[in-house]
Amino acid sequence: MTDYGKIIGVHNECYDTKTFEFQWDAKAQPGQFAMIWVPGMEEIPMSLSKTGRIKSITVKAIGESTKRLHELTINDTLRLRGPYGNGYDLKKGRRYLIVGGGVGVASIIPAVKETGADTIIGARTDKDIIMDDLATKYSSNLWISTNDGSRGFHGNAVQLMKEKCAENQYDCVIACGPEVMLYYLYKACEELDLDCQLSLERHMKCGAGVCGCCVIDDQRVCKDGPVFTREQISKMKDFGTCKRDECGRLVKFR
Amino acid sequence: MTLETSIGKVKLKGPGMVASGIMDETGPSMVRMLSSGAGAVVTKSIGLEPKAGHQNPCFTEVKGGFVNAMGLPNPGIDLFKDEMDVAVKAGPIIGSIYGANADEFAKLAGKMEDYGACAVELNLSCPHAKGYGMELGTDPATVKKIVGAVKDAVKIPVWAKLTPNTDSVADIGVAVQEAGGDAVVAINTLKAMVISPELRRPVLSNKFGGLSGPAVRAVGVRAVYDLYAALDIPVIGVGGISDAHDALQYIMAGACAFQVGSAVAKNGPDVFNMINKGLEAFMFDNNYSSIGEMVGVAND
Repeated sequence: MTDYGKIIGVHNECYDTKTFEFQWDAKAQPGQFAMIWVPGMEEIPMSLSKTGRIKSITVKAIGESTKRLHELTINDTLRLRGPYGNGYDLKKGRRYLIVGGGVGVASIIPAVKETGADTIIGARTDKDIIMDDLATKYSSNLWISTNDGSRGFHGNAVQLMKEKCAENQYDCVIACGPEVMLYYLYKACEELDLDCQLSLERHMKCGAGVCGCCVIDDQRVCKDGPVFTREQISKMKDFGTCKRDECGRLVKFR
Repeated sequence: MTLETSIGKVKLKGPGMVASGIMDETGPSMVRMLSSGAGAVVTKSIGLEPKAGHQNPCFTEVKGGFVNAMGLPNPGIDLFKDEMDVAVKAGPIIGSIYGANADEFAKLAGKMEDYGACAVELNLSCPHAKGYGMELGTDPATVKKIVGAVKDAVKIPVWAKLTPNTDSVADIGVAVQEAGGDAVVAINTLKAMVISPELRRPVLSNKFGGLSGPAVRAVGVRAVYDLYAALDIPVIGVGGISDAHDALQYIMAGACAFQVGSAVAKNGPDVFNMINKGLEAFMFDNNYSSIGEMVGVAND
């Protein structure tokens, strides 16, 4: 569904990341996303970092479109399509470990709020950590990793996740972050024989499951995902290795 | 009772095909659609060179369907071989192609034939790509030239996908037939626009696009009815089909097969299995034993 949301709050999360809050009555689940557009940018998919009646997106200024979004302020209007996709499958009584890497933290925060589960936030440095205030408030335990050791665990989020899985009992890992992080997280879950739900990303056009531009193998990220189970991911040859560009060409990650 | 159908020489196990532009840009997604009950898959329209298409927003929902201006994104015919290699092993693939002139169409059709396509579908009807599609497909003389050139270039059947954005779709159909075309496919999307009052401008980056979905079904059924009356070659119906009842309208108007696009969004790839079940139930209740018996029965 198409809608418009007037921005009612803007928060600086860190030096290059802002959260924009807006009133949007559409029903949304943790892990779902919306297609966001204002004139002067490309329409892009954004995870919802709040999923109640007041919703939010959390935007890292890395490209032209996200830089354009950073110019917005209170009372500006966003065009919204969605919410789209399958979110995280959160069941009462299951012991989740939730992992957010970089701006991927935006996608997991609503799941942390709903479950109160143990949470890991991974970032490059102390300066790049976002939403740790909310994660502290909602989670049972919050652990932080930084690649340079400037705060918390010195290392990456997957190394920290392995440590915590050795110390505690979990039924399922939930995660969103860079694909390289998710790839090694997936490998770790395979080794530990631990269930997981990972939120994946690809270049998206329609967002509604029609055009097939965002497929990983035969799965549409916009409609079959963006959250995929370990079983679904185990069948994906492209996961962690390559993606499709806007022409549909296969591009290797490395 | 059988759902088998023939479009001239092309024989399909089921009458429903995936329309061009829907889950058909990659080999694995085409395989998935075939395993969901589609009788065949028509590929994304492929051109000579890779093309990114129009910038987002290139798609939006409206009451009764979608308006899109994807702008023919595709990896180009050379790279598309990799996708076809995967897809043709799983079932019948019709290669959709677009070009700026008869030569380009002929070259592309030859490649699709080499890749194992069981037919080619000429995109003479895309409403939102400058210099392509309906800009060629609304002139009978141009259509005749393109179809003729492709017929000379390949042995596989040549289908032409027609635009409803003309005063006489039947005249274009006649041009296809006179040039030796093997079938017509009707309809492509209706040229359309969505304006945001909040933002005071069209929402698609290309400003205009093509309307698809249930909103266009009655237009498509009429086009197929007229084409069936005017032509001897087979007609394939497309536009707003999401269940067996919709498909039967096209079949009874004169379509020997049909294509499904937008409904994949709402019902998923499984829409083909659902339509097939619905067709079987209708045929059982009404004592039809084949699709062929129902084709064109609404015509006098």
